[in-house]
Amino acid sequence: MLQEAAREGYDCIIVGAGHGGAQAAASLRQFGFAGSIALIGAEPEMPYDRPALSKDYLAGKKTFDRMYLRPTDFWSARNIVLRRGRRVEVVDPSSKTITLDDSTNVSYGSLIWAAGGAPRALTCDGHNLSGIFYIRNKADCDALIAALPKAKSAVVIGGGFIGLEAAAILRGFGTEVTVVEALNRLLSRVAGEPVSRFYEQEHRRHGVEIRLSAGVQSIAGKNGRVSGVRLNTGETIAADLLIVGIGIIPSVLPLLIAGAEGGNGVNVDEFCRTSLADIYCVGDCACMTRGSGIRIESVQNASDQAITAARAICGELKPYDAVPWFWSNQYDLKLQTIGLNAGYDATILRGDPATRSFSLVYMKSGTVIALDCINMPRDYVQGRKLVETGARIDPTSLADTSLSLKDLVRQ
Amino acid sequence: MTTITLKTRDGSVHEFEGREGRSLMENIRDAGFEELVAMCGGCMSCATCHVYIDNVPADVKLPPMSVDEDELLDGSDYRQPSSRLSCQVPLVAALRGIAVTIAPED
Repeated sequence: MLQEAAREGYDCIIVGAGHGGAQAAASLRQFGFAGSIALIGAEPEMPYDRPALSKDYLAGKKTFDRMYLRPTDFWSARNIVLRRGRRVEVVDPSSKTITLDDSTNVSYGSLIWAAGGAPRALTCDGHNLSGIFYIRNKADCDALIAALPKAKSAVVIGGGFIGLEAAAILRGFGTEVTVVEALNRLLSRVAGEPVSRFYEQEHRRHGVEIRLSAGVQSIAGKNGRVSGVRLNTGETIAADLLIVGIGIIPSVLPLLIAGAEGGNGVNVDEFCRTSLADIYCVGDCACMTRGSGIRIESVQNASDQAITAARAICGELKPYDAVPWFWSNQYDLKLQTIGLNAGYDATILRGDPATRSFSLVYMKSGTVIALDCINMPRDYVQGRKLVETGARIDPTSLADTSLSLKDLVRQ
Repeated sequence: MTTITLKTRDGSVHEFEGREGRSLMENIRDAGFEELVAMCGGCMSCATCHVYIDNVPADVKLPPMSVDEDELLDGSDYRQPSSRLSCQVPLVAALRGIAVTIAPED
């Protein structure tokens, strides 16, 4: 006799088990959510610390067992069902059901979409050759680590944080590294010119070759393997492997198909609610249309938005208003960023980059909106207040390193 | 094994066995205490693993504080003389009986 299978369902389903998803699940319980929770992740691992992949994990300085975001028994102890190695392919907001890649349907009361993004892939000739690596998840990183001992030379495509962090680590292994950047300076999307030029100089000093304003025309190969990169400048750079770090594409297709507003990620309000009832979106794939108006790819953003969504589901509407912060480690350089520099109209240099310890202050209409602090934690810590208060401080004082930012706050 | 005594923000006191060779932050996180955020994972890029070291054995000295740690702690409104970033304190056998309080959230 046929029996109708009991349909699986949860009061809250979280899609994506990265920083955002893991935080959302933990926060729901912390805020007293008593219903059932499922956390569905595409990767086979328990939730782990992703930024370490392009830093200490790639460098071999940190083992994976030290990278779990929570102890491995944490999820079951809090009655959170963790489903690993599963993707969500369809979201049906009318029946409040999702369909997984194994065709099972699961119903939800609330849905938190925290699926992050997939690395933007090369599409030029040769993009399918073996020896091309991305750094987004543990499997990516493990494949790269396995290939490194045999590689004498590497080309890094993309002069953003991921590519530059990888370049620094590969130099530590003695690999010859060339960084290819399409725009006319490194970190052009995220940092002001003085910071870009500083990092360019540092990487060159460590033996990295850098090609700016250089587009990739095709990947050269031999016997199915990468042998080099042809640039649109006419140059071909020989390489045993490639690392590609040219951004991510938000993983939001099922939500967009379901009718969620968005395009560059899914649009959310200040409570991380999408345009679809009972569906929230947090982290790299969420575009907050009010406030910053942009999509932010950072652990801080993912974690704080997850907390905002979890609160909202528990009935506490508290708008997301965290001041963004970020970090990047390259060689012995510690970059710490506070605030968002989007739309800056002036920058003020604090300190001399030649000392390898300085800050760049970003201004917009006369107020401080962000700081990049390189080997300068004091400015990072004290600059937070300037950003939080939208301080108006005269540029001469800001540039004067004999004055602490703490003192300027009080002015 | 080294026993860690931890006071959480609600004032309750917990005792658990720590793992030597790991940082105090990793030990507290891995014991499941969520209020220690440790957002940067222990690379001293934030200050979200701030604790007070209430007690260490009299004959043991904690590793000295680096300039970076000192400056990051300075950003906290709750800094005290016993403040440390717990990611910067490795747990060693000699720290038997260490007592720690999680600092208030900034």
